[in-house]
Amino acid sequence: MPTNTLGKYSFEVDSEGFFTVSSEWSEDLAREMATLVEIELTDEHLAALNFMRKDAAETGATPTLRRMQSVGGFKIKELYQLFPGKTLKMMAWLSGLRKPVSCV
Amino acid sequence: MAKLLILGGGTAGTMAANLMRAKLDSSWEITVVDADNAHHYQPGYLFVPFWMKPSRVVRKRTKFFNDGVTFVEDAVTRVEPEANTVHLASGRTLTYDYLIVASGTRPVPSMVEGMAEELERGEKVFQFYTLDGAAELHDALEKFEGGKLLVHISEMPIKCPVAPLEFTFLAEDYYRKRGIRHKVDITFVTPLDGAFTKPVATRELGNMLEDRSIRLTTDFQVESVGDGVLASYDGRELDFDLLVTIPPNMGQQFIIDSRMGDASGFVETDKHTLRSVRWENVFVLGDAGNLPTSKAGAVAHFSAEILVENLCAAINGKEPEASFDGHANCFVESGRGQAMLLDFNYETQPLTGTFPLPFVGPMRLLKPSRINHMGKLAFEQIYWNMLLPGRPIPLPSAMMTAGKKFPKED
Repeated sequence: MPTNTLGKYSFEVDSEGFFTVSSEWSEDLAREMATLVEIELTDEHLAALNFMRKDAAETGATPTLRRMQSVGGFKIKELYQLFPGKTLKMMAWLSGLRKPVSCV
Repeated sequence: MAKLLILGGGTAGTMAANLMRAKLDSSWEITVVDADNAHHYQPGYLFVPFWMKPSRVVRKRTKFFNDGVTFVEDAVTRVEPEANTVHLASGRTLTYDYLIVASGTRPVPSMVEGMAEELERGEKVFQFYTLDGAAELHDALEKFEGGKLLVHISEMPIKCPVAPLEFTFLAEDYYRKRGIRHKVDITFVTPLDGAFTKPVATRELGNMLEDRSIRLTTDFQVESVGDGVLASYDGRELDFDLLVTIPPNMGQQFIIDSRMGDASGFVETDKHTLRSVRWENVFVLGDAGNLPTSKAGAVAHFSAEILVENLCAAINGKEPEASFDGHANCFVESGRGQAMLLDFNYETQPLTGTFPLPFVGPMRLLKPSRINHMGKLAFEQIYWNMLLPGRPIPLPSAMMTAGKKFPKED
């Protein structure tokens, strides 16, 4: 597995850049990573990312957008505004989780 | 009298009932509950829009239960797993010692703004994940003389995740044969980042879309369906003259009402033992669970013998030790009288190669061939006559890696 370094941080990632060791994540690191995709992380961003981490720790899987809405109370539309583009993938990456798997 | 209760009389529930009947002695009563007595051969839904008669897809559920299985035709309204009790729409209640949830999944168009209304209107928006929908789509395809056709997946997971691609290939072939393919602009629209979820299959299937001049729109998370417009959360809008959509798939309403499942109504299931992670006397077979593999009849079939072994172990006071590997296997219709074959499990993605025997085949994995297509059509008879009654089929339940070509490590 490759190791990425960003500023003072280094962390194990898979071939697509997603964290393989979730505990190597921190809010500060997420802020650094967010600058790479031109997002300045606010408390709103962090609330979503922290919910994802908490939920993933409980269920063992990166939550879906539907789950973010129904369990976390986040509006999908607003998540798209907070993390424009490939929203869920970006959120999974920024929260130090695995790429969201859609079952085959 | 000890009681085994099975919720759902489809592929999974019928197999479970018949296989367990052969294992349990007459001190056990086996009961299957379903809302109606119509067993649908769901793989047929794919062909109904093109050529299969809807009536060919449906038979009576009761014809496929072996002796000693009782069928109750009633809708489940609520389960109380703590009280081992199931409430039915008629007001009747049933109790159980062991429960198998085999209630499958269903398309829920109301989860997407405008989708249910547009489907109801029946002018530009259709689906083939219900038999009625597939029959209506048949007429719509026939009337369609050209324009923009979108084939669209709302979100994953869906049952039979390759069916939308198969439909796309068959539609392309259908308009080619009608001689108006040049007037039909086909786009495959998916929330995934490619034609499929796993790398090798995505590459092969993606190439095939390109070869057939079918456009691909990825990462499309649908927000709403309007009159001729499909909109995504990131602000993209796709125009269409005909939309064939796969609505979000969810577990049954009674699972949601009973708080037995996750956010989408799928029962949280141990992916190896097939036992509920919350209740020791509840097992789950088929699409109703949340296993990280395909929602498909093949998975219900390959996992059925694991379920039987583990349920018998639990009944005898032992730990369930048989382990399901996530084996799934599907014929993918690719048009032109051909089909491809996918074979995979939790660990191994669909690969190219031959099946079931290394080098010999006769089936080729992930490449279109005539024999794969014949295999798909022949499966209809195998399904009714061998699979549902619980007769052995000469295919191993666990996936084999022999015959598969693994990609080189980077």
